[in-house]
Amino acid sequence: MSSQTEKDIDDVTGIDTTGHAWDGIKELNNPLPRWWLWCFYLTIVWGVGYTIAFPAWPLISNATSGLLGYSTRGEVAQDIALFEEANAEISAQLASADLNVLNENPDLLRYANSAGAAVFRNNCSQCHGSGAAGFTGYPNLLDDDWLWGGDFASIEYTVRHGIRNEEDWDARWSEMTAYNDIFSNEEVDQVVHYVRQMSGQEHDAGLAAPGEGLFLDNCAACHGDNGAGNRDLGAPNLTDAIWLYGGDLASLEETVRYARFGVMPPWGERLTEAEVKAVTAYVHQLGGGE
Amino acid sequence: MSDTTPNDAPAKGFLAKHAFLERSPTLLLVSSLLVVSVGGIVEIAPLFYLENTIEEVDGVRPYSPLELAGRDVYIREGCYVCHSQMIRPMRDEVERYGHYSLAAESMYDHPFQWGSKRTGPDLARVGGKYSDAWHLDHLIAPRSVVPESIMPGYAYLLDTPVNAEHTADLVSTHAFVGVPYTEEMIEVAAADVIAQGDPDTDAYDDLLERYPGAQIRNFDDQPGVSEMDALIAYLQMLGTTVDFSTFTPDASR
Repeated sequence: MSSQTEKDIDDVTGIDTTGHAWDGIKELNNPLPRWWLWCFYLTIVWGVGYTIAFPAWPLISNATSGLLGYSTRGEVAQDIALFEEANAEISAQLASADLNVLNENPDLLRYANSAGAAVFRNNCSQCHGSGAAGFTGYPNLLDDDWLWGGDFASIEYTVRHGIRNEEDWDARWSEMTAYNDIFSNEEVDQVVHYVRQMSGQEHDAGLAAPGEGLFLDNCAACHGDNGAGNRDLGAPNLTDAIWLYGGDLASLEETVRYARFGVMPPWGERLTEAEVKAVTAYVHQLGGGE
Repeated sequence: MSDTTPNDAPAKGFLAKHAFLERSPTLLLVSSLLVVSVGGIVEIAPLFYLENTIEEVDGVRPYSPLELAGRDVYIREGCYVCHSQMIRPMRDEVERYGHYSLAAESMYDHPFQWGSKRTGPDLARVGGKYSDAWHLDHLIAPRSVVPESIMPGYAYLLDTPVNAEHTADLVSTHAFVGVPYTEEMIEVAAADVIAQGDPDTDAYDDLLERYPGAQIRNFDDQPGVSEMDALIAYLQMLGTTVDFSTFTPDASR
């Protein structure tokens, strides 16, 4: 490096060099373009102004809140309020609506179905499927086979309080007995084959015949003498071809031996009144509504 | 050139000392570090003393030993790589996941699980949203309940029992880094692991007193306390401790 204290003018261009030389090559000391420099100064001024306008500087016990009064929480509250206000009238209307006569108000019906679809996709689809066809252990909501009832009031109650959960004291509740310790292995087989007979499936008539007595003594209290189920107890209909946990021999044996205990969380606390009504209306119109 | 620009004239006076700095690599390194750290000091240091960094919220409690063990499984399996635990204050997030996350809700997290990538949904408030059976089905075979999911299965968690002694050590480690576990909590931590997975033990009420709102169930429907129990216990409590009906947000935060 040459000395930095005296000017070193480049012969060709007549411009100062920085005085640095590498292998005889020197660097011209062109000034920064004016426009660039002013932009740079401007960003500094802008930056200082920005920290004054918005929350930024830490002080003793809290930070400056900014002249514009902006807050993230305020903004999200405002955003939500904006939409709530826009929907306030129709939401209130839905919250207090009698769903049985919803058909008479096409606007409200349309709103309920769209809002209900959004609620369903966000909260219900994980178990019941995005198309509401359910999975093994999670009921199909498209058919007309209902465990606890498929009219508006029943669906609404199920949505609000859920099934067999510990959070809501009003949850729908029933518990099948596990017959593993009560029935002998032979008796389990007999009941299973009787249930297969009831539902019109292939079965061993020799096993099914003694199974009838066992069924009437043990199962009929909830499932009914004819096996058609009881919605007050959430006892499924065993005579149709719709099975929540499977109607094959292995699944039926598992059910008889160890029982099933499907749980649905309560949504009354998580959802607003209008959302509960909306998702009720949505589920009702999926195909099985009564 | 007649007019002077900031960098065409040789430095004089105080600025001339810069040449000295440039010629001493160690000094230059140390000085650069000092300059760069100014940003950190201004932006980070105040968070440790400002009163409004973490607002006081009722209900937030340290994790129960079983939840803590589940949290360890969550970290070990890398759940945070695809799931965040941070509901941002924006309308679409609040509508989908629930109330935006509060700093206090992760005050006992070491390390926090905010995450930065959502291949799967945010889990900050997943607690209570689904049944234990759903979590079990979903963790064993995600596509059995969510056909469009690309999550891997974690069925093997059922086969690994939670090591209660190890979990007690975990609790005391968390106490060491500042989580307010009492001596008693650490002492009975190993027993609490077993107690939370079985609703029929005598420790039920004591456990609830130590960890209010803890859910005491056999989460995986199998005898013993497995890592599956721990993980589901953890998932089922996420975001459930704050009672938002009594919470008033301070707007200036």
